[in-house]
Amino acid sequence: MNRNQTEVNIENLRVVNQSVPKVDSQALVTGKAVYTNDLAPSDCLIVKIVRSPYAHALIKEINTARAEAVPGIECVLTYKDCPDKRFTMAGQTFPEPSPYDRLILDQRMRFVGDAAAIVAGTDEEAVKKAMKLIKIKYEVLEPVLDFRKAKDNPILVHPEDNWKSLCPVGADNKRNLCAHDECGDGDIEAVLASCDYVVDRVYHTKANQQAMMETFRTYTYLDAYGRLNVVSSTQVPFHIRRILANALDIPKSKVRVVKPRIGGGFGAKQTSVSEVYPALVTWKTGKPAKIIFTREESLTASSPRHEMEMHVRLGADKEGHIKGIDLYTLSNTGAFGEHGPTTVGLSGHKSIPLYGKTEAFRFVYDVVYTNVMSAGAYRGYGATQGIFAVESAVNELAQILGMDPTVLREKNLVREGQVMPAYYGEKTVSCALDRCLARAKEMIGWDEKYPCRDMGNGKVRGVGVAMAMQGSGISGVDTGSVAIKVNDDGFYSLMIGATDMGTGCDTILSQMAAECLDCEMEDIIVSGVDTDSSPYDCGSYASSTTYVTGMAVVRTCEKLREKICQRGAQYLGCPAEDVEFDGVNVTNLKTGESISRKEIGNRVMCFNNEALSASEAFSSPTSPPPFMAGIAEVEIDKETGTVEMIDYAAVVDCGTVVNPALARVQTEGGIAQGIGMALYEDIVYNSKGRNYSNSFMQYKIPSRLDVGDIRVEFESSYEPTGPFGAKSIGEIVINTPSPAISNAIQNAVGVIIRELPMTAEKVYWGMQEKEHAAESREAAV
Amino acid sequence: MEIQFILNKKQVTAEVGADTVLLGLLRDLGCKSVKCGCETTNCGLCTVWIDGKSRLSCSVLAAAVDGHEVTTMEGVKEEAEEFGAFLAAEGAEQCGFCSPGFIMNVLAMFRELEDPDIEEIKEYLAGNLCRCTGYMGQLRAIKKYMEKRKSPVIKVREVRG
Repeated sequence: MNRNQTEVNIENLRVVNQSVPKVDSQALVTGKAVYTNDLAPSDCLIVKIVRSPYAHALIKEINTARAEAVPGIECVLTYKDCPDKRFTMAGQTFPEPSPYDRLILDQRMRFVGDAAAIVAGTDEEAVKKAMKLIKIKYEVLEPVLDFRKAKDNPILVHPEDNWKSLCPVGADNKRNLCAHDECGDGDIEAVLASCDYVVDRVYHTKANQQAMMETFRTYTYLDAYGRLNVVSSTQVPFHIRRILANALDIPKSKVRVVKPRIGGGFGAKQTSVSEVYPALVTWKTGKPAKIIFTREESLTASSPRHEMEMHVRLGADKEGHIKGIDLYTLSNTGAFGEHGPTTVGLSGHKSIPLYGKTEAFRFVYDVVYTNVMSAGAYRGYGATQGIFAVESAVNELAQILGMDPTVLREKNLVREGQVMPAYYGEKTVSCALDRCLARAKEMIGWDEKYPCRDMGNGKVRGVGVAMAMQGSGISGVDTGSVAIKVNDDGFYSLMIGATDMGTGCDTILSQMAAECLDCEMEDIIVSGVDTDSSPYDCGSYASSTTYVTGMAVVRTCEKLREKICQRGAQYLGCPAEDVEFDGVNVTNLKTGESISRKEIGNRVMCFNNEALSASEAFSSPTSPPPFMAGIAEVEIDKETGTVEMIDYAAVVDCGTVVNPALARVQTEGGIAQGIGMALYEDIVYNSKGRNYSNSFMQYKIPSRLDVGDIRVEFESSYEPTGPFGAKSIGEIVINTPSPAISNAIQNAVGVIIRELPMTAEKVYWGMQEKEHAAESREAAV
Repeated sequence: MEIQFILNKKQVTAEVGADTVLLGLLRDLGCKSVKCGCETTNCGLCTVWIDGKSRLSCSVLAAAVDGHEVTTMEGVKEEAEEFGAFLAAEGAEQCGFCSPGFIMNVLAMFRELEDPDIEEIKEYLAGNLCRCTGYMGQLRAIKKYMEKRKSPVIKVREVRG
């Protein structure tokens, strides 16, 4: 049976849609040695990076002699030791939209923290000592630090001639431009001119750190075949293979990448932040090497969210029908272009389509280079920024109209069956956004609490709302393949190239296989990714794994079931049409005679000419969006402006929920990260480009005292193109907190904050301004 | 210098430098459950017990444990597994990297506090950061574990200390 031609009855699912514990949970909760640094051989050379103290400089002279003389130092490498061939560290499908603008080590320093030299030695003390003895003479140059002034600035971040862009993304290094595009539908100017109200506002979101608990880390060694083996905490093992081959200018066949357990990624590890350094050391010395980024390095030389400034013009009639949205996004990619050309697109393509009745839209963007740390991929990938802007503008429109913001949304939100011009013309085949919003309102008690309640103790509580969407994989690009083989005693090996980074894809993909093969979870083994043996998968990003690799599992199982039937029939001596496989036995329906999977598994290991296994791939022409509504309740201290999270009600439509426990935790975790982005997290640079947010003392991620209560429910639609009706969940969940919390502050104290994070200081000054305005109005009267 | 201490109920002797940090020493002695998340005593990942009390091993010099008793997750495997099953049932171990430090502090909390309420639990565990879960699943696991411990049908584990 083709499970996708007929709608699966969710009620009948045995393993899918169940809260199965993760297959690796026991090892994780007992602290087993399963992560990169736990597995690294003890004789690895310790690799560390000497980093630039200047935001923009040229290395004029670099003297390594004294450093190399330190006992225990194996090598000190500089730009003179690296291939002069540019590549990108972005983990994307080839040809990468991100420009080839990197060298492993470069003569030009482009941010404070840029890699100037690599030191490798037998122990940490020796390496640290040697780092101090390297003498570098810099020619200090003026940096470009204001991203609003970067485009066409005479100071160029990438003046080099061997910079190149592989895809037509509108990049031009001679203009500090990493990407530019314009698109639209209908006559936006005419539509806005016809509107009774046009909200015209600028919103600013900051760079944020993924701050996964395990920092970037990699170890490398040469194997018996002289190949470079790379064990790394990465979301994209197959892309790492290409990136390292490019960086070292060696054949891809020389590289093997292994992904063990990962201590979180959230997109950070969709960029090759740490791999090139030990790889270069091992390739040069033939010795094993490892690099463990300190937290400081992870906060200052990594791959945070793109800072964006968004100019929104949103038009509506008196009744509150949103008729047109015009968005201009300026994105700051920092010193390098990793994910620059692609993240920005989501700021419009995943915010504008939330409003289904618009007659026109326009979306224009520029992505610019500056002399701060390179941005990268972070959960939400531009959608988070765009949704903050568009959802905030909708909340401002509600205020202007004097309308409840949930009622305004009910009038305008995208519904099932609608075509979304701003989402590449795709149709919402599955969409329960209306139900999500209705349920979130019930959960929080919106009608009783909106807009606010004075608590009588100097504190006021407000509620605020936002909606969100994302995609499920990159349409027409993301590819997942899966292989399953039958072993002796009939157990299955599920081989995937998708990377479990703690999210649980090893588990949910096994659940799908167990469902399709009518077996138990225990009958299936699954392991981490090894580019030598795992089937190709672009990796775990873009909310692709459940949807894309999940479909590859379904297809592979269908094929394998056919093969098991054929083999069973052969052993039973009957035509394949006469047999049925129930997961345990292949039975001849005419005679009742049967052979067990166990017996088949054992028999194929003797006098057999065809392996009993199957492998299929999946790639989708569409990327069905999950949808979500989030409502925040906050309490504001009217004296100090302090915002305290009280409650967060979130309802998600991710299609069929493959594993409710894991999906819930994904959602709660994404919301907590979103709360951090909304209220606390900020990367602060001084006037010379030095990053002050270089530890968890300065860069504050929420603790359990900061998030209030987070409550999650699911309102599922059914996505016919997804496995068992599923869509994605991983990224969408971070998108609602910033606009919803902003709206709650707006509804509580009337202050509208258009720049994140929404600190007590900003709320306080906002309240002061309002008071002064009121006083001067009174004085005028 | 040479130090002697009890590690997970076994007497050990180790040669350490004056600046050797306990975290590194414990990992070198094979206790790989002990993780480093921040180097600035903000994250709680390196939590171990010294003489039965939770301590951040990234901010304790190895020399300071001379003559003391140190416990890591490797020394409380059974209990960790028992509570860990509740965490896993919620899917709240996620990446698992903060789990050892978190679980060590949870187990320490149950030794120190009798029947803590939600606010006490949050306060006690405030120093254990987690970036994956948003903390709600961890709290559900703790509540269910406490319910189970209270249940008269199931044998309640002796709370020591």
